[in-house]
Amino acid sequence: MLAEYIPVLVTFLVAGLVGLVMVLGSRLFGTRARGRIKMRPFECGNPPSGPARQRFPVKFYLVAIFFIAFDLEIVFMYPWAVIFRELGIFGLIEMFLFIAVLTLGLVYVWRKGALEWES
Amino acid sequence: MAAVVFFPLAALLVILALTVVLHPDPVKSALALVGTLFLLAVFFVFLSAEVVAALQVIVYAGAIMVLFLFVIMLLNPGAERSERRGPVAGTVVGGLALVLAWQTGWLAAGGKIGAEGLRPERGYGGVFALARSLFTDFLLPFELTSVLLLVAIVGAVVLAKRRLS
Amino acid sequence: MAELAIAAAKSLFAVISALGVTAVLLWIERKGSALIHDRIGANRAAIVGLLPFNLGFVNTLLADPIKLFTKEDFVPEGADRTLHALAPFLALVPVLVVFAAIPFGDVLRIGTREINLQAASLDIGLLYILAMVSLSVYGIVLGGWASNNRWALLGGIRGSALMISYELAMGLAIVAVVMTYGTLDLQAICRAQGELLFGVIPSWGVVYQPLGFLILLIAGMVESKRVPFDQPEGESEIVAGYFTEYSGSKQAAFMFTDFAEIVVVSALVTTLFFGGWQVPYLHVSGFVLPGGLTLALPHLVVAALQVASYLVKVLFFCSLQILVRWTLPRYRYDQVMALGWKRLLPLALINVVATALVVVGWGG
Repeated sequence: MLAEYIPVLVTFLVAGLVGLVMVLGSRLFGTRARGRIKMRPFECGNPPSGPARQRFPVKFYLVAIFFIAFDLEIVFMYPWAVIFRELGIFGLIEMFLFIAVLTLGLVYVWRKGALEWES
Repeated sequence: MAAVVFFPLAALLVILALTVVLHPDPVKSALALVGTLFLLAVFFVFLSAEVVAALQVIVYAGAIMVLFLFVIMLLNPGAERSERRGPVAGTVVGGLALVLAWQTGWLAAGGKIGAEGLRPERGYGGVFALARSLFTDFLLPFELTSVLLLVAIVGAVVLAKRRLS
Repeated sequence: MAELAIAAAKSLFAVISALGVTAVLLWIERKGSALIHDRIGANRAAIVGLLPFNLGFVNTLLADPIKLFTKEDFVPEGADRTLHALAPFLALVPVLVVFAAIPFGDVLRIGTREINLQAASLDIGLLYILAMVSLSVYGIVLGGWASNNRWALLGGIRGSALMISYELAMGLAIVAVVMTYGTLDLQAICRAQGELLFGVIPSWGVVYQPLGFLILLIAGMVESKRVPFDQPEGESEIVAGYFTEYSGSKQAAFMFTDFAEIVVVSALVTTLFFGGWQVPYLHVSGFVLPGGLTLALPHLVVAALQVASYLVKVLFFCSLQILVRWTLPRYRYDQVMALGWKRLLPLALINVVATALVVVGWGG
């Protein structure tokens, strides 16, 4: 089985090489002209108005949490999708129960307005 | 053959794991953890557990670590000030590390660990074997996972609700 | 040793063909957008004296890379230099390695040797691809974070939230495909699509999973961050999003990643829903038409036709995405999040449940 992963390793090496060339390309071949004002972060021509790394809305954090929960749900569905034919009705019921509980979560999130971005 | 790949990656894994603990910048620390989790997945492949390897990357490196990074960026704590810890803490940690290294070495020398001659049966670690045991023998934990995930969703909404309303 | 050489050759072919298709795509994008805008488009670069006419192709294959590689490597004040360099690398590599698992042809027989035309024949090919796709978020988050620029941070965070949101719908669409074929092996999925339905219709995935196809295509277009889903880099709002502070070859890496993602999505759609390398009615020995007509073909011709069929289908879906890009206006960020969570996710869930009911009800 490990032999099947040799091409994967080779692909990683090739892709890594391509990535390395892309990252170092301009450093090796590029021109260089420094200036004090030029090195400032770009804010459409204005002087930077304070530190860039500011706190951002908690909604993004919520999206990440919901993503983990539903991603885990989907992860369980891959092995099930492969063998659900041989599990038959029994497999159907167990997965539908699982999906139902998490759909409850989706409905709750929706009703609570956690998916709204306008507010 | 496999050793040529195994040992450099193992060394890299240890370096990344140490970076997670020692690096003062939390973003780089988290990034090193992503690398550690990814390399762990590679070692799962070495153990013929390819499904677990893929799931490790999807769930840990691809989902949970995104949340970690979001939280770090949300709070923006900045680089950690290196504070000198007392000699007691250093001695305790160093001692524990030595004990662990000695134990591992002792077990390895005594032939207690090592997979010489162990060959997984055909299909071991594959998706069919995993699915069959998950959806029959481990049915209850599987169903309870959904409740656990539901609790996590509800908990997140409740904690963030003050901001939302 | 020969095995190793073949493995290396196949991996190289997978990555290089992906890079090649991406380069062609850059040209299609420039010329296609010109066609839609009623302009001439990229026509300046030419190899003087070597060719009697200007090839637009020269632009994307030679002039653009030379230009981008000789630009200054810019890192703004206060940026994290390590992460700034790491971000384009982390964006590009996971996308390129996806091609290791995608079959580009059936088994090729040379003498007594049988070569499976797929770089890595993994039993869990689909999971491998999903794992790599899930890693492609980091380049964007880090690019935004490392740049010490407000637009970049906004773009990075918008982009990552968008990508993870649509990964859910994408995953569910793929679950429905796995249920249809009962395997995670992409080569097996391709082979299963060679059968005929009622003796006439090729049993391509789109026949069983039309909704899954649409969901995967839309979610995939979000992953490639192009109009109408280019909120992470929307130039009228946040300059260029997460790569505002990038220049030269690093910026090219980000741009290249977007295009390579288009190719990944097209390759996935082709493999899962449009038969992959299958040519309708083409069997191992040649064409067998429904009427009973047959046309015997040598093995090498059949193999070449199949590889060509795969590449043509991939290019078709790439062009389709470019057409969409130059036709539709951009969504607002709240609209695109709502589309992902309130439309595609429930639809994809219903698709999975319906597929389960149909398959088990059929007695499958």
